[in-house]
Amino acid sequence: MTTVAPDPETLAKPATFRPTYDDDAAPALPRPGLGKPTPDERFSKIGSWLGALGLAWLVTQRLLPLEGLPWFLITWFVFGTVVGAVSAAMSGGIIDVKDRVAESVITATALVVVAAVASAIVFVFSRGWKPLTHLNFVTDDMSGVGPKDGFEVGGILHAIVGSGIELGIALLITLPLGIGTAVFMTEVGGRFAKVVRTVVEAMTALPSIVAGLFIYTVFIIALGTHGPGRSGLAASLAISVMMLPIIARAADVVLRVVPGGLREASLALGASRWRTVWHVVLPTARPGLATAVILGVARGVGETSPVLLTSGAAGFMVTNPTDGAMNSLPLFIYSTVRSGEPTAITRAFGAATVLLILVLVLFVTARLLARQRTGPSRSRSKK
Amino acid sequence: MPVSGAMTGREDRSLTTTTIESHEPDQDVRPRTLSRRATGADAVFAHSARAVGASVLVITGGVGMFLAWQAYPTLKRYGFSFFTEQAWQPDEDVIGIAAVLGGTISVALVAMFFAFPAALMMALYISEYAPAKLKATLVSVIDLMAAVPSIVYGLWGFFLVMPHAAELALWLHKHLGWIPIFDVRGTDPDAAVWDTTRYVASAFCAGIAVSMMVMPMACAVMRQVFSQTPQGEKEAALALGASRWGMITAVVLPFGRGGIIGGTMLGLGRALGETIAVVLIISPAFELKPNILEVGTSTISALIAGRFGEASPAQLSALLAAGFVLFMITLVINTLAAVVVNRSRSGSDTI
Repeated sequence: MTTVAPDPETLAKPATFRPTYDDDAAPALPRPGLGKPTPDERFSKIGSWLGALGLAWLVTQRLLPLEGLPWFLITWFVFGTVVGAVSAAMSGGIIDVKDRVAESVITATALVVVAAVASAIVFVFSRGWKPLTHLNFVTDDMSGVGPKDGFEVGGILHAIVGSGIELGIALLITLPLGIGTAVFMTEVGGRFAKVVRTVVEAMTALPSIVAGLFIYTVFIIALGTHGPGRSGLAASLAISVMMLPIIARAADVVLRVVPGGLREASLALGASRWRTVWHVVLPTARPGLATAVILGVARGVGETSPVLLTSGAAGFMVTNPTDGAMNSLPLFIYSTVRSGEPTAITRAFGAATVLLILVLVLFVTARLLARQRTGPSRSRSKK
Repeated sequence: MPVSGAMTGREDRSLTTTTIESHEPDQDVRPRTLSRRATGADAVFAHSARAVGASVLVITGGVGMFLAWQAYPTLKRYGFSFFTEQAWQPDEDVIGIAAVLGGTISVALVAMFFAFPAALMMALYISEYAPAKLKATLVSVIDLMAAVPSIVYGLWGFFLVMPHAAELALWLHKHLGWIPIFDVRGTDPDAAVWDTTRYVASAFCAGIAVSMMVMPMACAVMRQVFSQTPQGEKEAALALGASRWGMITAVVLPFGRGGIIGGTMLGLGRALGETIAVVLIISPAFELKPNILEVGTSTISALIAGRFGEASPAQLSALLAAGFVLFMITLVINTLAAVVVNRSRSGSDTI
């Protein structure tokens, strides 16, 4: 495509010139994406890191007495940033240098964070896989098993069952109350709802150990021998006190983002407010509510401090929540690791692996439920 | 013109007359009264919802009131010295939270020292730098980090990180020991065989484990706020020739300032109340000191976890008073965080 340049004479007269197409001209080159880096930029970016790798090797292995992987990674990062900054300064100004340094610092930090998470998970799995190879680890309890005994005897079934019972009771209490409160705050409203919301939001700040201490004082000390004492029930009450504000607040957030148009449409069609809530608001928010509840459960199952004060650690299977001490997974891990015996510590890591797997399963379930929200509804709206 | 044609058409149609029956002029026409008052099942619904709300108010508010009520005798008995006394010796009637309060704050500050930059950079990376394919995965990783139980971070901190943290502490002591917070008393950093036991079980080691817990909370808030940055403003900055970092400093960070501050404070609130990882790592010591690298410290929550078992009713009241102080601190911090986020431009629907 070429344009015919107008010669100066004709410019004097007012006229319009249209560009004419030149059929013989070569086809225009496809324009590279504006956001994509050019080969030069890519070379300077990758090349500076490769150069820094060599420099870091030279400095740490040959010149300075800086041994070990951490020093190598640190020097690599420093050299990479410096070389990148210099190469940016060669083609641009201070702005390009800042941009390059910021990018490398931010990317490196993100890598460190991901590495830290991975190290935590991999570390627990690597220390705890050995007990899991024995089936009795998940089918047996610790009754009559000493801290020095091998992994062929004893298991953590009592802790798993205890965690399940405690969380089940806690869910029975918090689920209706938490979601009911959220419905009250969003659907009924009024001045009183504002007070409730303020208090619930304030109570999310309650440290979990204080929730445990509260139940310990009220339920165990004050009731004394009349109550069940340290038991699964006390532990589930402590977990409930901790979880209730969390679930109520999360459900409140989920219900608030239900589009007002849906409510209005339902009300305009003559449905009562109760039916609107039951048939429109709650079903719409169901995936979000499920996610909120499951994440609350994941938080509750791993929280040690309320259980530490309230349940007492039994070494045997207890299925009655009002009958004396009951163990749970986090408490089992805590008390076993404190014993200091290497076998016991490995056993604790095995329990931690089970707990981590449990949390991972809950987490993935929550993710899948959250994803369902966008999936089917979008395809339906397309039709 | 087409408009006039349409008008003529309408005029034609209007030739056919329509008569509207008029009501009797004397008939009283009034709009029917509308009532928002719920009737029937709705009334039951509204009242039962209100009852649920009230019961939750009683439960949650009751915890706070109970703590205040239980804390009162202790605070009255020991007065202001409760906040200035370092020792916690109930047998000798000497009780104060100065040391544990100092320990709580130093652990939380160490945690935030690591967690704040990590959370900010991670949030920036996810919202601005990460490839589109990686974004969802990274968001999941952060959420997963928040879901990992604190005892797991405690094990991680105690068995994996603490030996390396001690080496780092030694290095800091050797090179920056003249700064009081990096000083470790009772040991020589240049000794041929370094005394490991002086460098472990410190506020520094506990803070590293706690930082792993608070980082995802702060990061989630920041990321959400950053993702709400108006796309138009970002594109405008880029179109005016800003580099990516220039765009971030000019648009994203000012827009997300509320989220950055709010998320950090939310994380700080969590860091102050964290128990089990701290109990696992520290060795208890009741002394108010700036030496964060030195062995031994204590926090309010660790104090409660360690002392509740053998406590007499009066000591239990003292522990509840300490718990109440902790709760008030986290409450103030969380409230400030909520206010900061709500007042910022990025809006209230973030936390």
